[in-house]
Amino acid sequence: MVAPAALRVVRCGGGALHGARAVFSVGARQAGRFLLCASGDFVKMYSVATEELVRLLRGHGDLVTGVQLAPHNHLQLYSSSLDGTIKLWDFTDGILIKTFTVGHQLLALYALPASEDSVFVIIPKRDTYQLVSVKLTKAAGQDMEAKELSVVLEGVDASPKCTAFGREGEYVASVKDVSLQVYFFKRKQLNRFSLRATNKKGGNNVFTCVACHPHEDCIATGHADGKIRLWRNFNHKKEYTFSTLHWHHDKVLDLAFSVEGTSLLSGGVESVLVQWHSGSDCKKDFLPRLGSAIEYVSISSDGTFYCTSHTDNRITIINSNLRFSKTIQGLIKARDIKTGLVVDPRTKALVLNGEPGHLQFYCLQSDKQLYSLDIVQQEYIHQAGLNQSDLARVAFSAQGKWLATVEEREETDLELQLKLWFFDEETQSFRLNTRISMPHEDHVTAMCFRDMDEMEDDSLMLVTTGRDCVFKVWVILEDTDPEGNWSCDFVGSYHGYQATNCCFSEDGSLLAVSFEETVTVWDSSTWDLKCTFCHPPGKIRTICFGRLTCSKYLIGATDHGFLCCWNLLSCALEWSAHLNVVVLQPDPLSEYIAAFSWLFKESSLFVFKPNEPRPICIQRKFCKERIQFAAFVPRDVPETIGSEKYLWLRRSQLFFLTDTQELMTVSTKSLEERLTLSSKQLAVEESLPVTPFSLLLGKHRQQQSQEDVDLGKIVRHHREQDSPAVKELLHTPAHVLPSASFLCPIFINSLLVSKENKSVEEAPAEVEMESEGAEDDSDEENTVTEMKQEDIMPTESLGETTHKLSKSEEKELRKIRKTDYSWISVF
Amino acid sequence: MGEFEVHRVRFFGLVPAGVRCMAYQHRGCRLALARTDGAVEVYNFAANYFMEKAIPGHQARSVEALCWAAGERLFGAGLSGDITEYDLERLRPARTVDGFGGPIWSMAANNDGTRLAIGCEDGSVKLFQVVPGGVQFEKNLDRQKGRVLCLSWHPSGTHLAAGSINFIRVLDVRSGNELPQRGSKKRECVVWSIAFLSSGTVISSDSFGRVQFWDWERGTLQDSHTVSTSAVLSLAVSEEEDSIVVGTSAGATYQFQLLPVKAGGQEKRWVRTKPFQHHTHDVRAVVHTPTALISGGLDAQLVIRPLMEKVQKKGYDAVLRKFTFPHRRLVSCARKARLLLFQFSQHLELWRLGSTNKTGTPHSAPPHLQGPEHIYCSCVSPCGSWIAYSTASRFHLYRVQHEGDSISVKKVPGVPKLLLPAYQLQCASDSGRLFVASDRGSVHVVQLLEPGGCKHLHTICVWCCSGTREAVYLLASSADGNWLAAVSGDWEVHIYSLKHFKHHCTVPTYSCAVTALAIHPATNNLFISYSDQQLFEFSIPEKQYTAWSRMVQNSGLHKLWLERDSPITHIAFNPKNTSQILLHDVYMLCVLDKSLPLPDNNTLLVNQSTLKQLSEPARRRQLHAFKICKKFQPLLFADLLDERCLVTVERPAVDISAELPPPVQQKKFGT
Repeated sequence: MVAPAALRVVRCGGGALHGARAVFSVGARQAGRFLLCASGDFVKMYSVATEELVRLLRGHGDLVTGVQLAPHNHLQLYSSSLDGTIKLWDFTDGILIKTFTVGHQLLALYALPASEDSVFVIIPKRDTYQLVSVKLTKAAGQDMEAKELSVVLEGVDASPKCTAFGREGEYVASVKDVSLQVYFFKRKQLNRFSLRATNKKGGNNVFTCVACHPHEDCIATGHADGKIRLWRNFNHKKEYTFSTLHWHHDKVLDLAFSVEGTSLLSGGVESVLVQWHSGSDCKKDFLPRLGSAIEYVSISSDGTFYCTSHTDNRITIINSNLRFSKTIQGLIKARDIKTGLVVDPRTKALVLNGEPGHLQFYCLQSDKQLYSLDIVQQEYIHQAGLNQSDLARVAFSAQGKWLATVEEREETDLELQLKLWFFDEETQSFRLNTRISMPHEDHVTAMCFRDMDEMEDDSLMLVTTGRDCVFKVWVILEDTDPEGNWSCDFVGSYHGYQATNCCFSEDGSLLAVSFEETVTVWDSSTWDLKCTFCHPPGKIRTICFGRLTCSKYLIGATDHGFLCCWNLLSCALEWSAHLNVVVLQPDPLSEYIAAFSWLFKESSLFVFKPNEPRPICIQRKFCKERIQFAAFVPRDVPETIGSEKYLWLRRSQLFFLTDTQELMTVSTKSLEERLTLSSKQLAVEESLPVTPFSLLLGKHRQQQSQEDVDLGKIVRHHREQDSPAVKELLHTPAHVLPSASFLCPIFINSLLVSKENKSVEEAPAEVEMESEGAEDDSDEENTVTEMKQEDIMPTESLGETTHKLSKSEEKELRKIRKTDYSWISVF
Repeated sequence: MGEFEVHRVRFFGLVPAGVRCMAYQHRGCRLALARTDGAVEVYNFAANYFMEKAIPGHQARSVEALCWAAGERLFGAGLSGDITEYDLERLRPARTVDGFGGPIWSMAANNDGTRLAIGCEDGSVKLFQVVPGGVQFEKNLDRQKGRVLCLSWHPSGTHLAAGSINFIRVLDVRSGNELPQRGSKKRECVVWSIAFLSSGTVISSDSFGRVQFWDWERGTLQDSHTVSTSAVLSLAVSEEEDSIVVGTSAGATYQFQLLPVKAGGQEKRWVRTKPFQHHTHDVRAVVHTPTALISGGLDAQLVIRPLMEKVQKKGYDAVLRKFTFPHRRLVSCARKARLLLFQFSQHLELWRLGSTNKTGTPHSAPPHLQGPEHIYCSCVSPCGSWIAYSTASRFHLYRVQHEGDSISVKKVPGVPKLLLPAYQLQCASDSGRLFVASDRGSVHVVQLLEPGGCKHLHTICVWCCSGTREAVYLLASSADGNWLAAVSGDWEVHIYSLKHFKHHCTVPTYSCAVTALAIHPATNNLFISYSDQQLFEFSIPEKQYTAWSRMVQNSGLHKLWLERDSPITHIAFNPKNTSQILLHDVYMLCVLDKSLPLPDNNTLLVNQSTLKQLSEPARRRQLHAFKICKKFQPLLFADLLDERCLVTVERPAVDISAELPPPVQQKKFGT
């Protein structure tokens, strides 16, 4: 479409789901409910009933910081972003209605029913932040400037949790450090209350969050020492009073009042949701074991659902009786990813560290966690300074039948465990087969299976390398168990150097193990050292074998900035390049190898084939962050790629993880293409509610005079797979549809076969085949249709007749239909 | 005054009795407090919360309820079934009236103080009229089964709310009829405390830890707050009826406030606001004054928590006060013989001080009391051979014989029949005379005769010259035996000449209570400390304040000195350095050097640690008159044995809590 040079880096998932408080849409039934939350640059819309991602609202150019339902139209949504815009969406259709440009970074957004045409945002002002109200003009037009700002409060905290609006918008409460300020809009009175920073008992009075009672003059504030204070009488400067609730032992991270204000929800790092009843310290309910720290708590407007956003990128939906309902899990941000990105051959899911001690299987297509496998199987204790076992290495066998994991715990001496898991077809999960404690004396640096797809089971072996200067080969002994147990078969070493990497050649006959500066190649059947390579003075950082046509090459990268390619047949250096390679990732389905370099604080991508020293694709400085890990994930369907340069992307997709644990991918498609066409086209018309259907109708209206091709035929042809017209009719939200009387004739007409369909010669072949059967019996119907047409004729000025289409129209329609499908397939 | 050899005494096993009930008199700003051993104390809030009066207890007289009625008359009632009126001038029960209803659990006076209602074990509520010279039975109200644990008058005086086990009753005072009762009988619920508001709301606190608000006319529950998992024992309402305070058996107190639901709206609601945890044990009594919440617990602490929003300016009233020990001296010291006499409520202990690096030796089988009365006062003579003590009805004098390490105590026969009780005892420095403070401002002088006899010498009567009826509660005699200073309950300090047994002069009246006084051995200056922490020096021969005292009054004392917590309970002098005076209260020990300049408000008051780091000339510049040592806490007594030797008596709070019964078990996070 656009120039092929555009290889773009796309954030492909794992965006934090806890950028702002999630909002529930208003709906009568549970099925019609959506949960809207900010995630990276997008607003994600999940179905409450099915926890599926329903829609992705894209359009912001930076982090979305606030999501609020429009107070006077609950089918619309305001979102604010660091890019300085407030956008108004029709979220049920995913249409961007308006964009208001404010021109400052927006850090939080509040929309109140009391203020008709303005919203409140937090913007930076030099070093501090201020709360301002922004007047949103009602004028027509998509892009609008919203420059009418009026400052409400100075010196507020940047966090959206630290400001809250009170009952009917009469006051606003904001906390920062140890002071609470309350501004009354009507009286224009500002009251400021401060606490001592610490008290005698070692409490920490710093405010962390604030919430206001929906009907009473009561403010709840959370504090760093876990206390919750309920402030009352704060319209008096002196006679204010507060009561204290204390259960949390650490920071209260968020607070929310129930809709009636009878109970208060609080959450913190304990990952327990606490429900306080009627401001009493004695009556409280708990929902424990929510997995990780609660970042945000929100409540649906009718109070039937609560929702907690967690720091590990999860949203939990909870029934109002504190019964756990559903969970939406994104990519968990582990504190430290040690396993790297591994692809599960079975599910094609990305596998990496998840919760502490767990392995997460993350589905890239749906941006969802498939499941989490508990490897360490020990209770994780949330306490600072406690060394607990964590997962360090993971490897899958070729078919995904075996999973090897290494966990380590570093106290005064190292504790290591190698576990081998067998995939149980019956239970469809991994089962622990062998547990080997202390497989090495020191850290395990690398691990790989000999993966041959076709070979029988006894060829399966696992190689681990350790800092204790040896590599070990593990094989299955079959004598005890039907599945067999793993035990050590061979221990190899090389001059007492630390073993750092290992890699099997494609056919499994050779094993390459790098020992500091040297790469050794071993015969995997006899365990003879075949040859050694080295490229002094650098130590070997990564190695890999070439694949398919290039399987005679061994690629290695040194930490002195050289990328070397050795020929295994001649045992000589084929070529080398001066490149500081951080990550070297071969594509399992092709001979291409991707290398990421890190130079001058920018990452570059090089893709090459080992047999030619010239890279196929160079993408310099495409990312400002250091790349930690990368993985090629096989595509389900090979993509059609026009450019020679990007052929390497045809069969697999390259994913990589940056330092900040953002999962990214590269794509050749332009931004426009990635944005769904429909939403782009539909953004044209303004005043009307724009849906594909109305667009379709609009087209017809314009070209009414043109004649002749029958719509009915196409409709008939697609009946078994639902005609687009019917589909649209059924799938477009009811509130944007024209009146029923208007739709009825179109709908009926679309089901009928009109007379003209006989005259169509140029209809597509597949259409003809179908329509022939229908021709015989449709005579009667046709006459009826004709009559109808005549009836309708007089009212043609209204533009209802749609059963006749020109050829160009048909093309257009087909195009729309196509786009339509893509639009639907998004979900 | 450099270094001291310190006898750090920690074997005084005093366990103050827990607070049982309290009554606050709004007009006089006085708080009456009864302890579990039957002792009654009166604190004067106008005089910096000084414990003005103390009536020692009696084994048979427990006090379950106290109330002020008819102005300044104090009534108590207890499980003995009697209503007792206390004579606050002579510090003893004046008269008792039997309630004829078994043990009395509760008593309440109506708003104008003309009637008393008592709740008895047999379930009856009886009304008494307060008449001059006592109380008179008026009528019986309807009787129900179950003891009446708490009572409260409606402010109009027409109705009474009574709480007992499982139900609350509202009684019409005129007809004696009972209004519909409410309560449940599922589990035994003890209504511990009740309050009747003028709006018709009855507030009750019960053993389930609830504070409940009832509409008495309809008998419906308006609001219920669960405050604690343990019982809520006490409840008090402010005068404006917009705030209440409750005390729980877990040692916590909570404030409830009547707050508008919406700003400017009419609807108001009781909201639990501030929790306080000052006690470790049951809070048996709470009082709500206009500016403070007062709570007393079984851990013997009296806590005064000011309401910051009601206190107009920062000062003495705006600070939290905690009193554990009585504002009286319970230790007397025989300097020459190096003996310490400890006064307990029902016995005495005599200890001999060892050398400073050894523990003291318990000495002497203490003269155990016969009879149920508690000790008013005691003293040991400086030579250590005489011990005297007094109870409400008896005065005892003992001769102590030292034979090497052993000791024998012999009762002195033929003790003169004095006007009893004695409120203070003081031996002359030569151990030849004993001064016995008595009521009506009189002091008896008893001559102690070797080898074990005594003779009543003279009675000095203040009453004759000033007409006071109050008892003398502090005495000080001069070292040369010429002068005697006596303080009576109206805070007047009279000085008598012992040569002529004649009134010498009166120290100009000051508006505060005297907490301690002593006569300087060399100069015969009377040193007086008042409860507002002021210090005066009065020259007896010249009958006027000394120049130093005038200078102190002109320049004023340091702010921190004036804001100290507890009153000075003992004054001693350095025999070698006439300008040095030793003062102490519970939290500090101070050597006051009159020769040094006074500190002003900008200098550091407690500067001993900073002085240590300074060079010699700089230190000289920084020196000021108050040398304060806070090492010994809580300090019950400190005295100079000689110029190099100091004795301090401490009673660590840990030791007291170890002797108390274990508190209500509470789960604490992280334990």
